[in-house]
Amino acid sequence: MILRRPVFWLILVFAALMAFVPLRANNVSLREDLILVAIAIILASNLNLMIGYTGYVNFGHIVFYGLGGYIGLYLATVRNWNLVLAALASGLGVSLFALALGMGILRLRGAYFALATIGILVAVQSFVANFDPWGRSTGMYVAFDAYERLGGARHALWITYFLVIGVMALSMILSLGIKISKFGLGLFAIREDEDAALVLGVNTTVFKAIIYSVSAFLPAVAGALMFYKNGMIDPSIAFEFMLSLEGIVMLMLGGKGTVVGAALGAGLYEKLRSYLLTSPKFSNFQLVIAGGLLLLVVLFAPGGLIGWLYRLVPRARKVIE
Amino acid sequence: MTTLLEVSGVSKRFGGLQAVSDVSFSLGEREILGLIGPNGAGKTTLFNVVNGVYKADKGTVKFAGEDITNLPPNEVVHLGLARTHQIVKPLQDMTVLENVIVGACFGREYLALQPARKVALEVLERVGLAKSAEMSARSLTIAGKKRLEVARALAARPKLLLLDEVLAGLNPTEITYMIGIVRDIRDSGISVFMIEHVMQAIMSLSDRIVVLSFGQKLAEGQPEDVARDPQVIEAYLGDPDIAEKLKENN
Amino acid sequence: MIDGLLIGSVYGLAAMGLSLIWGVMDVINLTHGAVIALGMFGMYILFAAFPVNAYLLLLPVIAAGLLLGLVIYWIAVHWVIGRSQLSSLLSTFAVNMMIIGIGTAIWSTSPYNVNFTLRGFTVGAYTFDGNHLAAAGAAVIIGLALELFLYRTRPGKAIRAVADNREAAELMGISSTMVLALAFAIGIALAAASGALVSTLFPFTILSGAGYQMKSFVVTVLAGLGKPFGALVAGVLLGLLEGAVTPFIAVSWIPLIEFGLFVVVLVAFPKGIFTRATA
Repeated sequence: MILRRPVFWLILVFAALMAFVPLRANNVSLREDLILVAIAIILASNLNLMIGYTGYVNFGHIVFYGLGGYIGLYLATVRNWNLVLAALASGLGVSLFALALGMGILRLRGAYFALATIGILVAVQSFVANFDPWGRSTGMYVAFDAYERLGGARHALWITYFLVIGVMALSMILSLGIKISKFGLGLFAIREDEDAALVLGVNTTVFKAIIYSVSAFLPAVAGALMFYKNGMIDPSIAFEFMLSLEGIVMLMLGGKGTVVGAALGAGLYEKLRSYLLTSPKFSNFQLVIAGGLLLLVVLFAPGGLIGWLYRLVPRARKVIE
Repeated sequence: MTTLLEVSGVSKRFGGLQAVSDVSFSLGEREILGLIGPNGAGKTTLFNVVNGVYKADKGTVKFAGEDITNLPPNEVVHLGLARTHQIVKPLQDMTVLENVIVGACFGREYLALQPARKVALEVLERVGLAKSAEMSARSLTIAGKKRLEVARALAARPKLLLLDEVLAGLNPTEITYMIGIVRDIRDSGISVFMIEHVMQAIMSLSDRIVVLSFGQKLAEGQPEDVARDPQVIEAYLGDPDIAEKLKENN
Repeated sequence: MIDGLLIGSVYGLAAMGLSLIWGVMDVINLTHGAVIALGMFGMYILFAAFPVNAYLLLLPVIAAGLLLGLVIYWIAVHWVIGRSQLSSLLSTFAVNMMIIGIGTAIWSTSPYNVNFTLRGFTVGAYTFDGNHLAAAGAAVIIGLALELFLYRTRPGKAIRAVADNREAAELMGISSTMVLALAFAIGIALAAASGALVSTLFPFTILSGAGYQMKSFVVTVLAGLGKPFGALVAGVLLGLLEGAVTPFIAVSWIPLIEFGLFVVVLVAFPKGIFTRATA
């Protein structure tokens, strides 16, 4: 079924390009740029499952990424696990955590839920900052020789890059798969009118819990990979609220509810961001510009760029989803 | 005639207001049971208790022999009890077809997407919305939205359909059409329990009628008998000759 | 404990602004925290320019707050009122980001202080800090003024009418847009005022508003929506709770506890602890 969707092949081609272009050119700085784009796409795509599909705004989405980073780094260095296993385990762990959390906070509707997610981010950050085995507020480091397991530091960087691209492709494919599934239909119904959905037979409690948990998995895996690659983690960089907000801006910009929108928004915003950070005039205004963008999108183009495309070319809906 | 729905001693209170008070009645197969009464009588509240949106304070609701008193709405639908809302709730940004597919996917038969689509198209044909299948639900007229509401409920393949003021806001032509749909539904084997204010329609459609006032059951019986009941006339109908007038018009 | 009671009234004041907006137009004002911070800096700037009794400077802060409220209303709220609550959530959040961004650019994240002290007094074993007393007093006065406004003046009654049933109010000739704008402006002014009061009590940064925003949310859900005076009472309760708990728990855990309280209250009492369920 999914193989018949043009977007599926688009995703594969896109991922292949992302993976092989920097490799072919042996361009390390390009790779470092692209990995940030890939992470942005992962975060935005998974956030889309909550915001775009189910209609629940998760302000604290980054908590999955950070927590995954901590668990993954801990397992891979302190416990000496294989990186892939560590990443998968952290994904699983964070998903289960999200499931437990979700049972509590998903009873809250709309804005209350959004606020609760901020609280969770703050709570987890506080907790981790006081948690001894994970280095409290200093965090943890990867000893340089840990990379020898992957064939040395330079090799390790490429390997983690490919793994992250893989997770990116998976995120997008997951988005697509859910969108065309019956489960996705149930989510859309919840988004449109949760009470109606319940009366129509959708088990809203279970559906919401599942999607919240699922939306945590790949960001956690990505977090494990990224922080391992970066060699260090601490509570402030793991749980940067700004990244959560940027995820929302990216998604809204590109077009929530669509698979391509998340990627488009992430890609564009990353470019904008790197420009802002290096330009001396604007580096302080990152937050202002992000906020301004979000405001413009919410007021005038709630469907984002892809939504605008759909209005211009209605037939695009069938192909670009 | 076998009993499909049995409501016994149901009461529901909200803070200081006793919305429904010790209401009991039953409904059989292939029957249209009308529910009438003045505004605020507790009719919609009763519907909400029957399909699980509200929990009854007292009393039981049995459907097809099973006690559904404390079941949540999504499980009630799975047993074969579907409902429409007085203020329609279309899934706005989805197409008409998608709306009905949701009904088929999560209803009694819990179908997969492909078979649900087939059922949805059939149902849309039945209610006359087939041409609007690809339109967004948002863009329908009120009459269209009402039909969509019914279609969605039908797609769940219910044994009993609860219709909450399905004729409200419709013009005479639309009302006639909708009445036809409701009769068609009953004839296909589905029982109907309907709240209505359009007296002509409900008197002619219903096999039996229950009258609610201030949360209590005032009367129950054949439409002509209920229309002649002095308590009902005083509480709601106003016109003692209404039974005669309706018979003349028919 | 006394301090807790006094500070609590300032929490209550902050929450009043949030609760009013929430209750009247079903908008969760996520600029709340940023405006509180602006109130702090507003007092700082005014006090630096006019070294008089800081509490007198509250009036221009409130005036500025009203103006700011109108501006924010037109930018972020007016266009999304009819839409889902999510839209106003995101739009007010966007404005929050912008305010914090500009604020950080101007003032960075360094701590600031308003160096104004009123003399307090001691009665037996209890010390009453002068600033705390004045802040609490101001909060209560403003709270009472709000109550009077809502119940005794025409614009106030119009606000309550719109909060109750917007369509009906419009049918009676009340311009809901103007009323909503006014209510929003008042909400913002209250937030700014609370920020200004806090600035006389503690050092602050542009990011300090966030903590008070969280407290405001806790107080608002405790009191129930749209009950401004109830917010004052609930604020005092929160202040007392904090005062009771602080000697035993590290300060960094307090936001956590408050958040936990927030979630628990929302899940257990969706309509607030003090409201009676209606039909």
